Amino acid sequence: MVKRLVVGAHYGFRDWLIQRVSAVVMALYTVLFAVRVLLMPANDNASWRALFTNGVAGGLMKFATFLFFLSLFYHAWIGVRDIWMDYVKPISVRITLHSITALLLIGYAGWAAQILWRL
Amino acid sequence: MAEATTVKRRPKHLDLAKIRLPLPGFVSILHRVSGAGLFVFGLPLLLWIFGASLGTAEQVDQCRAVLANPLIKLFLLGLLWAYLHHFCAGIRFLFLDMHKGIELKTARITAGVVLAVSLGLTFAIGVFIW
Repeated sequence: MVKRLVVGAHYGFRDWLIQRVSAVVMALYTVLFAVRVLLMPANDNASWRALFTNGVAGGLMKFATFLFFLSLFYHAWIGVRDIWMDYVKPISVRITLHSITALLLIGYAGWAAQILWRL
Repeated sequence: MAEATTVKRRPKHLDLAKIRLPLPGFVSILHRVSGAGLFVFGLPLLLWIFGASLGTAEQVDQCRAVLANPLIKLFLLGLLWAYLHHFCAGIRFLFLDMHKGIELKTARITAGVVLAVSLGLTFAIGVFIW
């Protein structure tokens, strides 16, 4: 009989890979973000806002920022889930923590979309 | 056979106060600790500050007022360190995944570099934006 883990990772390699791909996306975005902030014409709110709204570059930044957030949330999902799996053994507690983590991150994704696309 | 009799007697315990980690182990556990901290405190704060900074004039002022508090600034610098450590240690792990820098000596050096660069950058950015 196959012993199935109810709240295991299920796909070890897939998650391992997503963790690394999302890390690379975030690392590249971090550099892009740092460069664009350092090149802002003035240190004020208008320049900050223009970073995400001004023309094609602003539109691309909005898009890149959303991809950064999605990578961040997926990356956080795998990382935090691994922490729960390492330290929390009772299935009932673990499934509760997994659910809270996942729901929180889905909510955060909605929040990030709302911030970016009301601009 | 001679080797079998000279097996090192290593202490076996999981007492956190007694475990002495080598530098790469220290970087590794800090990667986990910083990741957990970023999840618990970093994500909601990042989204709140990001949203407020791009929100109405009122929200921008409110955000400025909150960020002016030195204790909050210090806390955010702690989170900045967590981000930078997670970033640097993560890049190191990506190289280790590709079997680059896995020799003990190199691995120790790069672990030291990760700690130094993330602390140094945190300090530099902290001085710049305080």
